[in-house]
Amino acid sequence: MITLTDVHKAFGNNHVLRGLDLVIPKGESMVIIGGSGTGKSVLLKCILGLVHPDQGTITLEGQDVTRGDRDAFLARFGMLFQGGALFDSLRVWENVGFRLVRGSKPMNKDQAREVAIEKLRRVGLKPNVADLYPAELSGGMQKRVGLARAIAAEPEVIFFDEPTTGLDPIMSGVINTLIREIVLEMGVTAMTITHDMTSVRAIADRVAMLHDGLIRWTGPVADMDAAPDPYLQQFIHGRAEGPIESVR
Amino acid sequence: MIGAVLARIGRPVLAVLAGFGRVVLFALDTLRHLLTPPFYWREFWASLLQIGWFSLPVVGLTAFFTGGALALQIYSGGSRFSAEAVVPQIVAIGMARELGPVLGGLMVAARVASSIAAEIGTMKVTEQIDALVTLSTHPMKYLTVPRVLAATLAVPVLVAVGDSIGISGGWLVGITKLGFNSATYLKNTTDFLEFWDVGSGLVKGAVFGFIVALMGCYAGMNSGRGAQGVGAATKSAVVAASVLILAANYVLTGLFFSS
Repeated sequence: MITLTDVHKAFGNNHVLRGLDLVIPKGESMVIIGGSGTGKSVLLKCILGLVHPDQGTITLEGQDVTRGDRDAFLARFGMLFQGGALFDSLRVWENVGFRLVRGSKPMNKDQAREVAIEKLRRVGLKPNVADLYPAELSGGMQKRVGLARAIAAEPEVIFFDEPTTGLDPIMSGVINTLIREIVLEMGVTAMTITHDMTSVRAIADRVAMLHDGLIRWTGPVADMDAAPDPYLQQFIHGRAEGPIESVR
Repeated sequence: MIGAVLARIGRPVLAVLAGFGRVVLFALDTLRHLLTPPFYWREFWASLLQIGWFSLPVVGLTAFFTGGALALQIYSGGSRFSAEAVVPQIVAIGMARELGPVLGGLMVAARVASSIAAEIGTMKVTEQIDALVTLSTHPMKYLTVPRVLAATLAVPVLVAVGDSIGISGGWLVGITKLGFNSATYLKNTTDFLEFWDVGSGLVKGAVFGFIVALMGCYAGMNSGRGAQGVGAATKSAVVAASVLILAANYVLTGLFFSS
């Protein structure tokens, strides 16, 4: 379980998070929605320690994420970045097996390559992709490789940052299905950031809406459409009129 | 009025000092990570190849033409007081002590600092550096340490090769255009060149290599957003590395030869 309590983060005068509270239950898939620039990515980076909150606490299974062995903590996470964030200078299998050949118990290259090819197969890519460089892949294939890298070391928690951005609707559907399958299969805790409502419905067990630095609404995905919150309703139906200013 | 003028002067001075302080802290951090495991050998060998081997053509060509031009200049200048015969000695000493390391360092700065800054800057804006962190890999250890160590070791070797090529350029011009006898030219070169003439140039090369890679990594790691940010980082890496090389050259020359 990930628990965020009274988390604040500002960049200069821009107060992105203003005392955010959120609980992500273990083994559930939480999707964070909200407009562009509302601090969704900052929230995710605060949990990973890539950005340090100004105030508040973040715990994973009761343990403060800012304390203890950082490498051991990060080894419990996998992350799919918005743009893939694959290392250009490394082949696909080396990207997928990056963590496997490093860390406290490194595998040898042959073993890591085998695991990487297995993970690539899991995300629907053929073994011949393993020796290509990321620049030789399409956007959808890069996302799949990023997904394979995120699951390669069997993490307990996986973060997905805008997993379908820049993909066509069919490829978005494929990625959404893969994410849902993998989350269920591995029994991991998942946190996804998106503003693609199709993804929300495909991936989420629970949804939280971030607005103005706070969680505006949270609940099971099944309750989302009937929730009375006007901010949530404006967002999920994509209305220009409503309490959320359309020009931000 | 006076306060406003002082503020206008003080602000950029403080900004430069703060920037210098950040670079010093970055350098200390790099040295700290260099001395603690893990060390990424594969990245080190790749950097050594990129910085050392692939810089050889540009450093060699620069040294060759500089050696040739130096021979012509010394011959022309020396003829004013009948000192044309010192061409071999001055070319050798000039290349080994000054021109080899400084021009080699500047050429490597143009080629390597820009490429390191652009590569790391692009990695930053495409979240690859964040990805490294999430994969339990420290960006300083993985990106900075191998490049800085490779450049510190490779540039002295480039300087040594550049010195030899530069002296050969002077020799070629000497025997083909200035009427020197080949054997005499080479004998004068070797007789007058002392170990410390070459050694000081190699030490300078190591310092310049450190500066080049450090500034490339620093600019890349602190790159702004988007293509414009990466472009600005690349430009500032080359400018800062070049200026620091010239400043360090003055300090080192003073230390080595002022007595």
